[in-house]
Amino acid sequence: MQLVLEKRAERSAYIAVASPLIAIALTLITMSILFAILGKNPVMALYVYFVEPLTDLFTLQEIVVKATPLVMIAIGLSLCYIANVWNIGAEGQFLFGAVCGSWLAVVTNGTDAGPWVLPAMLVMGAIGGAAYAMIPALCKVRFGASEILVSLMLVYVADLIMDYLVRGPWRDPQGMNFPTTAAFDPVATVPTLVEGSRLHAGAIVALIVVMLAAVMLGRTIKGFEIRVVGAAPRAARFAGFNSKQLVLFTFAVSGALAGLAGIIEVAGPVGLLQPGISPGYGFTAIIVAFLGRLNPVGILVAGLFLALTFIGGEGAQISMKIPLDLTKVFQGILLFYVLACDSLILYRIRFIRTFRAPVQGAA
Amino acid sequence: MGLVEAIILSVIAASTPLLLAAAGELIVERAGVLNLGVEGMMIMGAACGFAGCWLTGSAFLGALFGIAAGMALAAIFGLMTLTLAVNQVATGLALTILGVGLSGLIGAGFVGERITPAAALYIPYLTGIPFIGRILFGQDGFVYVSIALVIGIWFFLYRTRGGLILRAIGDSHTSAHALGYPVLTVRWMAVLFGGGCAGLAGAFLPLAYTPFFIPGMTAGRGWIALALVVFASWRPGRLVAGAYLFGAVTILQLHAQAFGLGIPSQLMTALPYLATIVVLVLISRTRNAAGSAAPASLGMVFVPDR
Repeated sequence: MQLVLEKRAERSAYIAVASPLIAIALTLITMSILFAILGKNPVMALYVYFVEPLTDLFTLQEIVVKATPLVMIAIGLSLCYIANVWNIGAEGQFLFGAVCGSWLAVVTNGTDAGPWVLPAMLVMGAIGGAAYAMIPALCKVRFGASEILVSLMLVYVADLIMDYLVRGPWRDPQGMNFPTTAAFDPVATVPTLVEGSRLHAGAIVALIVVMLAAVMLGRTIKGFEIRVVGAAPRAARFAGFNSKQLVLFTFAVSGALAGLAGIIEVAGPVGLLQPGISPGYGFTAIIVAFLGRLNPVGILVAGLFLALTFIGGEGAQISMKIPLDLTKVFQGILLFYVLACDSLILYRIRFIRTFRAPVQGAA
Repeated sequence: MGLVEAIILSVIAASTPLLLAAAGELIVERAGVLNLGVEGMMIMGAACGFAGCWLTGSAFLGALFGIAAGMALAAIFGLMTLTLAVNQVATGLALTILGVGLSGLIGAGFVGERITPAAALYIPYLTGIPFIGRILFGQDGFVYVSIALVIGIWFFLYRTRGGLILRAIGDSHTSAHALGYPVLTVRWMAVLFGGGCAGLAGAFLPLAYTPFFIPGMTAGRGWIALALVVFASWRPGRLVAGAYLFGAVTILQLHAQAFGLGIPSQLMTALPYLATIVVLVLISRTRNAAGSAAPASLGMVFVPDR
C-alpha cells in the first residue's frame, strides 16, 4: 500500500468550504485524546474550553476583546500570504506600534492635552508598525535577504526595545518600581462601547478593516494584482505587475495593521505599556489567517474562534488545572490540520497497492 | 584558568547548539526542503532531553530522548510537506508553535529540578596541558559530536554518491525524478536527520549548558541556526566559521554586560539578533551579484507524476 497524491482537474469547491470544519473536528478529536492522557475528563474539558465561555456575557465580551487584535493582524498577514510574501514578524510590528503610539501617551501624561491625543496615537501606532515592517521588506527588495528570518529576528528586538523603555526612561515614577508606564490619561484611552465593560471601540475598527480588505481584494486592481502575483508570478510579470513594489506594499499594510492593533490593545484593554501585553497575538494571527482561508470574512470567524480558545484555556486552567500551554498545542495542531485539509482541495489522495513483478515459477 | 581560556571555553559552549542544529538543517535544505520548524524541534529536544536525563539519570540517554523528540516532530513535518505536499513555510511555522506549546506542557513538571550535566572528557596529562588542554581535550561529548557531524556531512555531500544524489534532488527534483532517483524517500531521510540534529542541539542546552530546564530556553537559537545556513551559503565548512562567530557575539555581549559599560543590557541582548540581520543582508547582497548559492528547488513542493 502506498499513499499517492493525484492532482484534481479543478479546485474542489465543496472541500474548500468544508476543510476548515474538518480541521476543527479533527483537532477536537486530538484534543480529547490529549485531555485523556493528562488525566482529565475529555467531555468536561471540551465543554470548559469551547462552550462555557459562550454562556456568560462577560466572557463573550472578552472573546471580542481578544479577537480584535487577532483579526486586524490576520487581515494584514493574509494580504502578504496571498501574494506569497512571508511576513512572520507581526508580533514585532504589534509591539513596535504599541511603543510608538505610547510615546505620545507618555509625554502628554498629566498635562491637559485635548481629545486629539488618541487619534494621533493611533496614527503613530500604525506608522510605527509599518515603518518596522519596512525593515524586512527593504532588506528583501534591495538585497534579497529572507524576509522570513529578518522579520522574525525583529520580534526579539522589538520585545527588548519595549523592555528597555518600560524599565528605563518611561517607567512610572510612582509605580513602586514595577516595569510599567503610568496609566494612560482618559484622552489617551480607547473609549469603551458599553459603560463598565472592557468591550472597546477597537472592535469596530477591526470590523471596518475586514470590510475594507474584502472590498480591496474583491473589487480593486490592487487586490487583483496581489492575487495574480501570488498565484502566477510569471503571468504577473507579463502583465507588468511589479512584484518588488508589492512586497513593500503588503509589508507596509500588514505592519500598519499590526501596529494599529498594538496601540489599540495598549490604549484599550491594558491601559498602559508593560511587558507581556501580547500573549503571542502576532503568531496566533498566522493561524487565524490560514484557518480563515486568507479570506476577510473567514478571518473574522477564525479570529473569534481562536479568541475563544484563549478564554477557554484560561477558564480550563482555573477550574480544571489544565496547563495554559495546552492552548498553544491546540493552536499548533489546528494549523496542521487546516494546512493538511487545504491540500485536499488541490489533490485527491489515492491508496494504491504496490505491484511486484510475479516471480518466475511461482504459483 | 585565565580569562582568555574561559572566554574560549564559553564561546565553544555557546556555538555548539547552533552548529548542531544548523548542520542538520543544511542537509535538509541541500535536499531542497525548507524546514522552518528548527526552533520547535530544538525546544522539544531540550524538554525531552531533560526529561529523559531526569528519569534515567544518564545524560547520554537524555540526548537520545532529545534526538527522538526532534525526529518525531520532523516526521510530522515530512508527512505534511512530503506526503501531503503542503506549503513548507506554513508547516514549519506550525511545527514551531506546536513544539513551543508541547515543550511547555512536558517541561512544566521539571521546572526547578536539577540533573547531573553531561561529563566532560578527561584524558590524563592531555587535559592537564595549560591553556589548550581544557579547550581541546576537556569538552563534553556534544562538542566532539558537532565537529564530527560537520566533517561527516562534508564527506557525505562532496565525496559520496549518496551526497551527489541528495544535491541533485535539491537542485532539480524534476530532473532527479526523471533519472529515477527516489526524490521523496531521500527528502524523508534528510528531514528526519535534520530533526534528530535539532533535537540533539536542543538537548545540549539543559544537559550541558545549564543543568536545568526553563520554558523557551532556546530563545530563538533555532531561527539563528536557519540564518547560519544562509550565511554559510549551504557549505559545511563555512557553517563552522559562522556558528563560532555567532557564539562569540553571544559571549561578547554577556561579558560586556558583566563589565557594565553603561550600555543598556537590552541592547546587548539584542546583539545576536541584530547581527543575524546584518549578516543576512551582507551575504544576500554579495550573492545576488554572483548568482544565488541556494539549492534551486529549495522550498518547492514536489508531487511525482507516475
